[in-house]
Amino acid sequence: MNAFALILRRDLKIAFRRWGELATPLIFFVIVASLFPLALSPEAYQLRDAGPGFLWIAALLSSLLALDGLFRTDVQDGSMEQLALSPAPLALIVLAKTLAHWLVSGVPLIALAPFLALSFYLPLEALPVLVGALALATPTLSVLAALGAALTVSIRGGGAIIGLLVLPLTAPVLIFGTRATSLAIHGEPAVGPLYLLAAFAVLAISLGPLACAAALRVGLE
Amino acid sequence: MAAACLYIRQDPNLSSDSRAGLTVTSLEVWRGERRLFSDLSFELQPGQASYITGPNGSGKTSLLRVLAGLSVPAQGVVTWDGASVSRLAPELRAAIAYQGHLEGLKKDLTVTENLAFYRALWVGDGDIEPLLDELRLDEFADREVRYLSAGQRRRVALSCMRLRRARLWLLDEPLTNLDAAGAEVISAWLREHTAAGGTAVIATHQTDRVQGTAALEVEL
Amino acid sequence: MPQHYAWAWNKDLIVGLVRWFHSLASPPHFYRLAQRLSPWLIATSVVLIVAGTYGGLVLAPPDYLQGDGFRIIYVHVPSAYVGMLAYVMMAGAAGIGFIWRIKLAHAVAVSVAPVGASFTFLALVTGAVWGKPMWGTYWEWADARLVFELLLLFLFLGYMVLHAAFDDRDKADRISAILAAVGVINVPIIHYSVEWWSTLHQGPTIARLDAPAITLDMLVPLLVMILGFTLYFAWLVTRRLQGEVLERERQARWVQRLAAGEPE
Repeated sequence: MNAFALILRRDLKIAFRRWGELATPLIFFVIVASLFPLALSPEAYQLRDAGPGFLWIAALLSSLLALDGLFRTDVQDGSMEQLALSPAPLALIVLAKTLAHWLVSGVPLIALAPFLALSFYLPLEALPVLVGALALATPTLSVLAALGAALTVSIRGGGAIIGLLVLPLTAPVLIFGTRATSLAIHGEPAVGPLYLLAAFAVLAISLGPLACAAALRVGLE
Repeated sequence: MAAACLYIRQDPNLSSDSRAGLTVTSLEVWRGERRLFSDLSFELQPGQASYITGPNGSGKTSLLRVLAGLSVPAQGVVTWDGASVSRLAPELRAAIAYQGHLEGLKKDLTVTENLAFYRALWVGDGDIEPLLDELRLDEFADREVRYLSAGQRRRVALSCMRLRRARLWLLDEPLTNLDAAGAEVISAWLREHTAAGGTAVIATHQTDRVQGTAALEVEL
Repeated sequence: MPQHYAWAWNKDLIVGLVRWFHSLASPPHFYRLAQRLSPWLIATSVVLIVAGTYGGLVLAPPDYLQGDGFRIIYVHVPSAYVGMLAYVMMAGAAGIGFIWRIKLAHAVAVSVAPVGASFTFLALVTGAVWGKPMWGTYWEWADARLVFELLLLFLFLGYMVLHAAFDDRDKADRISAILAAVGVINVPIIHYSVEWWSTLHQGPTIARLDAPAITLDMLVPLLVMILGFTLYFAWLVTRRLQGEVLERERQARWVQRLAAGEPE
């Protein structure tokens, strides 16, 4: 079995043994998304216009929360050292870990989103685009959050800074994700923003792990 | 900021086959803004072991991490089989086993799962059960690592190393938390390893407990 | 000149240049050079800025559409330009320091960050001042260039915060370098955003291959201001860098001698 599959399997196994930790980002997603209508207004017409934004911000923050400890536990128990010294490229290992994390936190988020969207009075016709946009955007968000985690892995209390570092980088994803959703709500084709989200995803997945690996090696020095 | 005193005792029966083995040349290592030691050079041929001794804080761990390729020294070069250790090809990396203070075990996986993972990662060989028997861990084979004591975890970590076909062992205080029986088993492994042509560098302040002849002692 | 003679002269020149550049990486060398260069930098930059201000406020005619309100560009455009230049310089220096492990390069990046952040902030503030009479609003989230400029400010701040969070300076330098490198993609986005999105910002005015869209008597003060701002930026960075170098090398003998007031 190659290293990628090995790490993927191991991380998924560990994640399912700590399934309590899996639920936290999802519950966070629901809570944050629910806070917006409470803070603004429960009026249907306002929620429908602002709904996409709320959903996307909640998804963003939830991704950040989910990936905070992605590397920290490995560094603290010494397994990151061993992985860094192994024959497998560290970037590949990072990609496997990020994928494992996306599978257990990103995918459920994508599955939950339509229900939240309906509670924001989003029309049914917009839901496929929403799901598609989230499916394209969450990998990018995961990679960026992983980068933040890798950069701050050797700082005590580094989790606090991750938001400051990563959220500005996620701005393009946010912009085009909400744009796609808004277009879909108004019945227009959202192909343009979706293509851009896909392009970001490809860019992030190919370059992100390399930056993460470099940051992790510096953290181990 | 004085450089630490280096004292190297060397076995006179040193064979010299230049490219194989571990070669350290003019190594200078800093930690933060403090220079730990400078101008350290020594050579280890296959089949030789070396102790690194010295008080706490003298740089034993830092030296081992440089030898493993995890840290980069301020000056100097470390080569293994002629290749610089900080730029090793993947095939050569599998030949070096580093066991530091941290065990490197996932506490949510069982002992067997951890061992199986590392064996697969490094394409090692060997059966897990006899290894566990040897270290009296057989009853913990299917227990998650978080339920093990410190000494038991250390034994599991060292078993992971044993499963690999590594030719260079870099061990940082391997006997921490081990009782006499455990120390005996590890010493036996070390003797077997060097007898089979392997090389080992051991940082320890318990040279009497690691019973084996070291060709070299580097005192920091 | 005979062929081989010309080559020998060129080779010496190249070797000399390379040696000079290499010597720059040595902190005491750099410090001495900076001491000699600083007065010239501040003097020329002040002259240029004063000249540019006079040219922009007095000599340039009022704009056909915007009247006198456009004159803020004489501060806004140079600061935005310097901000982007600063980021590229910071990312480049950090990258060089990361790859070749040159401590002075990291010191450059650390010194540039707050200065770049300040110029970017100035660009945003002057942009808001300009925006109110022109677009009717101090801030427009729909304007791509403004938003990415704000992002640039966040990137500078992120670099500074990340660097400050580490106890080990070497780790701080190297980790922040990775962040700087990742963020550099924002700079071309800012630059091309006016072409990619049709929003409030006008299209490219200066860097066009056909005839410039503004008249010469408006353009010249702008170029003078840009040059003046750049030299001022260079002076600020040089002074900060000198301080940074002294702090990093405070244990070295040359610093002790300097502090004791011994002549060079």
